[in-house]
Amino acid sequence: MAQLIGGLATSHIPAIGGAIHKGKQNEPYWKPFFDGFPPIHQWLDQVQPDVVVVFYNDHGLNFFLDKMPTFAVGAAAQYSNADEGWGIPTLPPMQGCPELSWHLIRELIAKEFDIVTCQEMLVDHACTLPFKLFWPQHEVAPVQIVPISINTVQFPLPTARRVYKLGKAVGEAIKSWDSDKRVAVMATGGLSHQLEGERAGFINKKFDLQFLDSMETNPEWATQFSDLELVEKAGTQGVELLMWLAMRAALTAASSGVRKVHSNYHIPISNTATGVLALETV
Amino acid sequence: MSPTIPGTTPFDGGMAQKGYALNKMCFSFNHKENRDAFVADPEAYMRRYGLNPQQAEAIRSKQVLALLDAGGNAYYLAKFAGIFGLDMQDIGAQQTGMTKDEFKAKLVAANDQC
Repeated sequence: MAQLIGGLATSHIPAIGGAIHKGKQNEPYWKPFFDGFPPIHQWLDQVQPDVVVVFYNDHGLNFFLDKMPTFAVGAAAQYSNADEGWGIPTLPPMQGCPELSWHLIRELIAKEFDIVTCQEMLVDHACTLPFKLFWPQHEVAPVQIVPISINTVQFPLPTARRVYKLGKAVGEAIKSWDSDKRVAVMATGGLSHQLEGERAGFINKKFDLQFLDSMETNPEWATQFSDLELVEKAGTQGVELLMWLAMRAALTAASSGVRKVHSNYHIPISNTATGVLALETV
Repeated sequence: MSPTIPGTTPFDGGMAQKGYALNKMCFSFNHKENRDAFVADPEAYMRRYGLNPQQAEAIRSKQVLALLDAGGNAYYLAKFAGIFGLDMQDIGAQQTGMTKDEFKAKLVAANDQC
Protein backbone atom coordinates (compact mmCIF):
# COMPACT_ATOMS: atom_id res chain seq x y z
CA MET A 1 0.00 0.00 0.00
CA ALA A 2 1.02 3.60 -0.51
CA GLN A 3 2.83 5.37 2.28
CA LEU A 4 1.57 8.70 3.65
CA ILE A 5 4.83 10.26 4.77
CA GLY A 6 3.78 13.70 6.00
CA GLY A 7 2.30 17.09 5.35
CA LEU A 8 3.46 20.47 4.11
CA ALA A 9 1.83 23.87 4.39
CA THR A 10 2.70 27.36 3.24
CA SER A 11 1.16 30.71 2.45
CA HIS A 12 0.78 31.29 -1.28
CA ILE A 13 0.82 35.07 -1.78
CA PRO A 14 1.12 35.99 -5.49
CA ALA A 15 3.93 38.47 -4.78
CA ILE A 16 6.12 35.47 -3.80
CA GLY A 17 6.08 34.50 -7.48
CA GLY A 18 7.49 37.88 -8.41
CA ALA A 19 10.13 37.69 -5.67
CA ILE A 20 11.33 34.26 -6.87
CA HIS A 21 11.32 35.42 -10.49
CA LYS A 22 13.44 38.46 -9.62
CA GLY A 23 15.73 36.55 -7.22
CA LYS A 24 14.83 38.66 -4.16
CA GLN A 25 14.97 35.80 -1.63
CA ASN A 26 17.82 37.36 0.34
CA GLU A 27 16.54 40.91 0.41
CA PRO A 28 15.61 42.09 3.94
CA TYR A 29 11.88 42.19 3.18
CA TRP A 30 11.78 38.61 1.87
CA LYS A 31 14.51 36.81 3.82
CA PRO A 32 12.51 36.14 7.02
CA PHE A 33 9.93 34.34 4.89
CA PHE A 34 12.29 32.35 2.66
CA ASP A 35 14.42 31.42 5.70
CA GLY A 36 11.53 29.21 6.80
CA PHE A 37 12.24 26.69 4.06
CA PRO A 38 15.81 25.22 4.14
CA PRO A 39 15.17 22.73 7.00
CA ILE A 40 12.12 21.52 5.06
CA HIS A 41 14.19 21.19 1.87
CA GLN A 42 16.57 18.90 3.76
CA TRP A 43 13.69 16.78 5.02
CA LEU A 44 12.18 16.53 1.54
CA ASP A 45 15.57 15.40 0.20
CA GLN A 46 15.45 12.53 2.70
CA VAL A 47 11.84 11.45 2.38
CA GLN A 48 11.42 12.04 -1.38
CA PRO A 49 7.66 11.98 -1.94
CA ASP A 50 6.51 10.73 -5.35
CA VAL A 51 3.03 12.22 -5.28
CA VAL A 52 1.61 15.28 -3.47
CA VAL A 53 -2.11 15.80 -2.84
CA VAL A 54 -2.59 19.59 -2.69
CA PHE A 55 -5.45 21.29 -0.87
CA TYR A 56 -5.74 24.80 -2.30
CA ASN A 57 -8.31 27.44 -3.17
CA ASP A 58 -8.85 28.72 -6.70
CA HIS A 59 -8.69 32.52 -7.02
CA GLY A 60 -10.82 32.88 -10.12
CA LEU A 61 -8.57 31.19 -12.67
CA ASN A 62 -10.38 27.88 -13.19
CA PHE A 63 -13.71 28.45 -11.45
CA PHE A 64 -16.17 31.32 -11.77
CA LEU A 65 -19.49 32.00 -10.01
CA ASP A 66 -21.38 30.30 -12.87
CA LYS A 67 -20.32 26.92 -11.45
CA MET A 68 -18.70 27.05 -8.03
CA PRO A 69 -17.84 23.67 -6.54
CA THR A 70 -17.38 23.38 -2.81
CA PHE A 71 -14.87 20.54 -3.29
CA ALA A 72 -13.27 19.74 -6.66
CA VAL A 73 -10.78 16.94 -7.25
CA GLY A 74 -8.35 17.08 -10.16
CA ALA A 75 -8.21 14.02 -12.40
CA ALA A 76 -5.88 15.23 -15.12
CA ALA A 77 -2.62 13.83 -16.46
CA GLN A 78 -1.21 17.36 -16.51
CA TYR A 79 -2.15 20.66 -14.84
CA SER A 80 -1.40 23.97 -16.48
CA ASN A 81 -0.98 27.37 -14.91
CA ALA A 82 -2.17 30.40 -16.90
CA ASP A 83 -2.32 34.19 -16.93
CA GLU A 84 -4.16 35.31 -13.79
CA GLY A 85 -4.39 38.92 -14.88
CA TRP A 86 -1.84 40.59 -12.65
CA GLY A 87 1.40 39.96 -14.41
CA ILE A 88 2.94 37.27 -12.20
CA PRO A 89 4.98 34.82 -14.28
CA THR A 90 3.12 31.77 -15.58
CA LEU A 91 4.79 28.59 -14.33
CA PRO A 92 5.31 25.44 -16.41
CA PRO A 93 2.72 22.61 -16.23
CA MET A 94 2.87 19.96 -13.50
CA GLN A 95 2.35 16.24 -13.93
CA GLY A 96 -0.80 14.72 -12.51
CA CYS A 97 -1.37 11.25 -11.10
CA PRO A 98 -4.68 10.07 -12.59
CA GLU A 99 -4.36 6.69 -10.87
CA LEU A 100 -4.43 8.28 -7.41
CA SER A 101 -7.01 10.85 -8.53
CA TRP A 102 -9.51 8.17 -9.50
CA HIS A 103 -8.76 6.11 -6.41
CA LEU A 104 -9.47 9.21 -4.28
CA ILE A 105 -12.64 9.96 -6.25
CA ARG A 106 -13.97 6.41 -5.75
CA GLU A 107 -13.15 6.39 -2.04
CA LEU A 108 -14.49 9.89 -1.36
CA ILE A 109 -17.79 9.25 -3.12
CA ALA A 110 -18.13 5.92 -1.28
CA LYS A 111 -17.80 7.97 1.92
CA GLU A 112 -20.57 10.33 0.78
CA PHE A 113 -18.46 13.30 -0.33
CA ASP A 114 -20.26 14.55 -3.45
CA ILE A 115 -17.22 16.05 -5.10
CA VAL A 116 -16.79 17.58 -8.55
CA THR A 117 -14.23 15.80 -10.71
CA CYS A 118 -12.07 17.73 -13.17
CA GLN A 119 -10.22 16.17 -16.10
CA GLU A 120 -9.23 19.67 -17.13
CA MET A 121 -8.24 22.09 -14.42
CA LEU A 122 -6.12 25.22 -14.64
CA VAL A 123 -4.16 25.64 -11.41
CA ASP A 124 -3.36 29.11 -10.12
CA HIS A 125 -0.54 30.50 -7.96
CA ALA A 126 -2.09 28.86 -4.90
CA CYS A 127 -1.27 25.44 -6.34
CA THR A 128 1.90 26.21 -8.28
CA LEU A 129 3.92 28.62 -6.09
CA PRO A 130 4.32 26.26 -3.11
CA PHE A 131 6.22 23.81 -5.33
CA LYS A 132 8.69 26.57 -6.21
CA LEU A 133 9.10 27.20 -2.47
CA PHE A 134 9.52 23.57 -1.42
CA TRP A 135 11.60 22.48 -4.45
CA PRO A 136 13.43 25.71 -5.40
CA GLN A 137 16.23 23.93 -7.29
CA HIS A 138 13.81 22.44 -9.79
CA GLU A 139 12.19 24.17 -12.74
CA VAL A 140 9.31 21.76 -12.13
CA ALA A 141 9.11 19.90 -8.80
CA PRO A 142 9.98 16.19 -9.23
CA VAL A 143 6.57 14.98 -8.06
CA GLN A 144 3.16 14.19 -9.45
CA ILE A 145 0.22 16.10 -8.02
CA VAL A 146 -3.48 15.67 -7.28
CA PRO A 147 -5.03 19.10 -6.66
CA ILE A 148 -8.14 19.38 -4.49
CA SER A 149 -9.80 22.79 -4.62
CA ILE A 150 -11.88 24.00 -1.67
CA ASN A 151 -14.19 26.99 -2.19
CA THR A 152 -13.21 30.12 -0.28
CA VAL A 153 -14.74 32.58 -2.77
CA GLN A 154 -18.46 32.35 -2.08
CA PHE A 155 -20.19 31.91 1.27
CA PRO A 156 -21.33 29.67 2.78
CA LEU A 157 -17.98 27.90 2.77
CA PRO A 158 -17.80 24.25 3.73
CA THR A 159 -17.68 24.05 7.51
CA ALA A 160 -14.32 23.52 9.16
CA ARG A 161 -15.67 20.25 10.53
CA ARG A 162 -16.63 19.07 7.04
CA VAL A 163 -13.23 20.06 5.66
CA TYR A 164 -11.60 18.09 8.46
CA LYS A 165 -13.67 15.03 7.56
CA LEU A 166 -12.74 15.44 3.90
CA GLY A 167 -9.07 15.61 4.78
CA LYS A 168 -9.34 12.52 6.95
CA ALA A 169 -11.09 10.63 4.15
CA VAL A 170 -8.34 11.69 1.73
CA GLY A 171 -5.73 10.38 4.16
CA GLU A 172 -7.55 7.07 4.52
CA ALA A 173 -7.84 6.79 0.73
CA ILE A 174 -4.11 7.40 0.31
CA LYS A 175 -3.43 4.66 2.87
CA SER A 176 -5.65 2.22 0.95
CA TRP A 177 -4.12 2.96 -2.48
CA ASP A 178 -2.56 -0.17 -3.89
CA SER A 179 0.75 1.37 -4.85
CA ASP A 180 4.33 1.54 -3.63
CA LYS A 181 4.34 5.32 -4.01
CA ARG A 182 5.30 7.71 -1.23
CA VAL A 183 2.62 10.34 -0.83
CA ALA A 184 2.62 13.71 0.96
CA VAL A 185 -0.30 16.06 1.54
CA MET A 186 0.06 19.82 1.17
CA ALA A 187 -1.98 22.83 2.22
CA THR A 188 -1.59 26.26 0.73
CA GLY A 189 -2.95 29.59 1.96
CA GLY A 190 -3.34 31.61 5.12
CA LEU A 191 -2.60 32.56 7.72
CA SER A 192 -4.62 35.58 8.90
CA HIS A 193 -5.20 38.27 6.29
CA GLN A 194 -7.95 40.36 4.79
CA LEU A 195 -7.69 42.13 1.45
CA GLU A 196 -11.02 43.90 1.18
CA GLY A 197 -13.22 46.37 3.01
CA GLU A 198 -12.45 48.93 5.67
CA ARG A 199 -10.99 46.05 7.67
CA ALA A 200 -8.27 45.43 5.01
CA GLY A 201 -4.92 44.70 6.60
CA PHE A 202 -6.45 42.76 9.48
CA ILE A 203 -3.97 40.33 11.04
CA ASN A 204 -4.49 38.25 14.20
CA LYS A 205 -1.16 37.01 15.49
CA LYS A 206 -2.53 35.41 18.64
CA PHE A 207 -5.04 33.34 16.70
CA ASP A 208 -2.44 32.33 14.11
CA LEU A 209 -0.01 31.12 16.75
CA GLN A 210 -2.76 29.18 18.49
CA PHE A 211 -3.75 27.65 15.16
CA LEU A 212 -0.15 26.70 14.33
CA ASP A 213 0.18 25.10 17.73
CA SER A 214 -3.04 23.13 17.21
CA MET A 215 -1.59 21.62 14.03
CA GLU A 216 0.87 19.70 16.18
CA THR A 217 -1.09 18.73 19.23
CA ASN A 218 -4.80 19.33 18.81
CA PRO A 219 -5.68 19.02 15.12
CA GLU A 220 -9.45 19.33 15.57
CA TRP A 221 -9.20 22.63 17.48
CA ALA A 222 -10.28 24.89 14.60
CA THR A 223 -13.27 22.72 13.69
CA GLN A 224 -15.24 24.46 16.44
CA PHE A 225 -15.54 27.64 14.33
CA SER A 226 -18.18 28.51 11.70
CA ASP A 227 -17.12 30.09 8.41
CA LEU A 228 -18.01 33.59 9.63
CA GLU A 229 -16.29 33.01 12.96
CA LEU A 230 -13.17 32.14 10.98
CA VAL A 231 -13.55 35.41 9.03
CA GLU A 232 -13.86 37.26 12.33
CA LYS A 233 -10.73 35.63 13.75
CA ALA A 234 -8.53 35.23 10.67
CA GLY A 235 -9.90 37.66 8.07
CA THR A 236 -11.79 37.13 4.82
CA GLN A 237 -8.81 35.41 3.17
CA GLY A 238 -7.51 33.92 6.41
CA VAL A 239 -10.26 31.33 5.93
CA GLU A 240 -7.70 29.63 3.69
CA LEU A 241 -6.55 27.94 6.88
CA LEU A 242 -9.25 25.41 5.98
CA MET A 243 -6.62 23.93 3.63
CA TRP A 244 -4.27 23.42 6.57
CA LEU A 245 -7.05 21.70 8.47
CA ALA A 246 -7.65 19.27 5.60
CA MET A 247 -3.92 18.52 5.32
CA ARG A 248 -3.61 17.88 9.04
CA ALA A 249 -6.74 15.72 9.14
CA ALA A 250 -5.29 13.55 6.35
CA LEU A 251 -2.28 12.80 8.55
CA THR A 252 -4.52 11.44 11.32
CA ALA A 253 -5.28 8.52 9.00
CA ALA A 254 -1.60 7.56 9.00
CA SER A 255 -0.48 8.14 12.57
CA SER A 256 -1.89 9.16 15.94
CA GLY A 257 0.67 11.93 16.31
CA VAL A 258 3.10 13.85 14.17
CA ARG A 259 6.66 15.09 14.45
CA LYS A 260 7.15 18.72 13.55
CA VAL A 261 9.97 18.98 11.05
CA HIS A 262 9.97 22.77 11.00
CA SER A 263 7.69 25.77 11.13
CA ASN A 264 7.98 29.49 10.49
CA TYR A 265 5.70 32.45 11.11
CA HIS A 266 6.39 35.92 9.72
CA ILE A 267 4.40 39.16 9.49
CA PRO A 268 3.97 40.57 6.88
CA ILE A 269 4.45 39.53 3.29
CA SER A 270 2.14 41.69 1.19
CA ASN A 271 -0.95 41.98 3.46
CA THR A 272 -0.54 38.55 4.98
CA ALA A 273 0.70 36.87 8.13
CA THR A 274 2.67 34.01 6.62
CA GLY A 275 2.99 30.48 7.93
CA VAL A 276 5.12 27.56 6.84
CA LEU A 277 4.97 24.05 8.29
CA ALA A 278 6.19 20.52 7.68
CA LEU A 279 4.93 17.57 9.69
CA GLU A 280 6.14 13.98 9.51
CA THR A 281 3.93 11.02 10.30
CA VAL A 282 5.37 8.86 13.08
CA MET B 1 -25.49 33.24 15.94
CA SER B 2 -23.22 34.60 13.22
CA PRO B 3 -20.91 37.42 14.20
CA THR B 4 -21.23 40.85 12.59
CA ILE B 5 -17.76 41.80 11.48
CA PRO B 6 -16.95 45.50 11.16
CA GLY B 7 -15.71 46.68 7.76
CA THR B 8 -16.50 43.30 6.22
CA THR B 9 -19.27 42.08 3.92
CA PRO B 10 -19.03 38.33 3.40
CA PHE B 11 -19.57 37.46 -0.25
CA ASP B 12 -22.72 35.37 0.11
CA GLY B 13 -25.47 34.36 -2.30
CA GLY B 14 -27.04 37.82 -2.25
CA MET B 15 -23.74 39.48 -3.16
CA ALA B 16 -22.98 36.79 -5.74
CA GLN B 17 -26.26 37.59 -7.51
CA LYS B 18 -25.89 41.35 -7.17
CA GLY B 19 -22.32 41.40 -8.46
CA TYR B 20 -22.57 38.74 -11.15
CA ALA B 21 -22.06 40.98 -14.21
CA LEU B 22 -19.27 42.97 -12.58
CA ASN B 23 -17.45 39.84 -11.45
CA LYS B 24 -17.93 38.17 -14.80
CA MET B 25 -16.28 41.13 -16.51
CA CYS B 26 -13.38 41.03 -14.04
CA PHE B 27 -13.02 37.26 -14.53
CA SER B 28 -12.58 37.95 -18.27
CA PHE B 29 -9.46 39.97 -17.43
CA ASN B 30 -7.54 36.72 -17.02
CA HIS B 31 -6.96 37.08 -20.76
CA LYS B 32 -4.68 39.79 -22.08
CA GLU B 33 -6.79 40.45 -25.17
CA ASN B 34 -9.73 41.24 -22.87
CA ARG B 35 -7.65 43.55 -20.69
CA ASP B 36 -6.52 45.33 -23.84
CA ALA B 37 -10.09 45.59 -25.13
CA PHE B 38 -11.23 47.09 -21.82
CA VAL B 39 -8.43 49.64 -21.80
CA ALA B 40 -9.15 50.58 -25.42
CA ASP B 41 -12.85 51.29 -24.72
CA PRO B 42 -14.01 50.78 -21.12
CA GLU B 43 -17.58 51.95 -21.75
CA ALA B 44 -18.13 49.55 -24.65
CA TYR B 45 -16.55 46.73 -22.68
CA MET B 46 -18.80 47.37 -19.67
CA ARG B 47 -21.89 47.42 -21.92
CA ARG B 48 -20.88 44.07 -23.34
CA TYR B 49 -21.01 42.57 -19.85
CA GLY B 50 -24.23 44.36 -18.89
CA LEU B 51 -22.93 46.25 -15.87
CA ASN B 52 -25.63 48.24 -14.08
CA PRO B 53 -25.14 52.00 -13.50
CA GLN B 54 -23.77 51.52 -9.97
CA GLN B 55 -21.24 48.96 -11.17
CA ALA B 56 -20.19 51.08 -14.15
CA GLU B 57 -19.71 54.12 -11.92
CA ALA B 58 -17.68 52.07 -9.47
CA ILE B 59 -15.43 50.86 -12.29
CA ARG B 60 -14.96 54.43 -13.52
CA SER B 61 -14.05 55.56 -10.00
CA LYS B 62 -11.57 52.68 -9.43
CA GLN B 63 -12.61 52.86 -5.76
CA VAL B 64 -12.50 49.40 -4.22
CA LEU B 65 -15.09 50.13 -1.53
CA ALA B 66 -17.53 51.26 -4.24
CA LEU B 67 -16.75 48.15 -6.28
CA LEU B 68 -17.38 45.92 -3.26
CA ASP B 69 -20.64 47.74 -2.57
CA ALA B 70 -21.69 47.06 -6.17
CA GLY B 71 -21.26 43.33 -5.55
CA GLY B 72 -17.62 42.91 -6.52
CA ASN B 73 -15.67 40.00 -5.09
CA ALA B 74 -12.09 40.53 -3.95
CA TYR B 75 -10.71 37.63 -6.00
CA TYR B 76 -12.12 38.96 -9.28
CA LEU B 77 -11.60 42.65 -8.48
CA ALA B 78 -7.89 41.88 -8.05
CA LYS B 79 -7.75 41.23 -11.80
CA PHE B 80 -9.26 44.66 -12.47
CA ALA B 81 -6.72 46.25 -10.11
CA GLY B 82 -3.96 44.40 -11.96
CA ILE B 83 -4.75 46.33 -15.15
CA PHE B 84 -3.60 49.48 -13.36
CA GLY B 85 -0.60 47.85 -11.71
CA LEU B 86 -2.07 48.27 -8.22
CA ASP B 87 -0.81 45.83 -5.62
CA MET B 88 -2.59 44.66 -2.48
CA GLN B 89 -1.03 47.39 -0.36
CA ASP B 90 -2.21 50.10 -2.76
CA ILE B 91 -5.68 48.63 -2.46
CA GLY B 92 -5.45 48.27 1.31
CA ALA B 93 -4.32 51.89 1.67
CA GLN B 94 -7.12 53.12 -0.56
CA GLN B 95 -9.81 51.25 1.39
CA THR B 96 -8.58 52.30 4.82
CA GLY B 97 -7.90 55.95 3.92
CA MET B 98 -4.20 55.63 4.67
CA THR B 99 -1.11 56.36 2.62
CA LYS B 100 0.63 53.24 1.36
CA ASP B 101 3.45 53.77 3.87
CA GLU B 102 0.96 54.10 6.73
CA PHE B 103 -0.79 50.92 5.63
CA LYS B 104 2.50 49.03 5.44
CA ALA B 105 3.41 50.30 8.91
CA LYS B 106 0.07 49.02 10.21
CA LEU B 107 0.88 45.55 8.85
CA VAL B 108 4.33 45.52 10.45
CA ALA B 109 2.80 46.70 13.74
CA ALA B 110 0.81 43.45 13.89
CA ASN B 111 4.06 41.90 15.16
CA ASP B 112 3.47 43.67 18.47
CA GLN B 113 0.04 42.14 19.05
CA CYS B 114 1.32 39.54 21.47
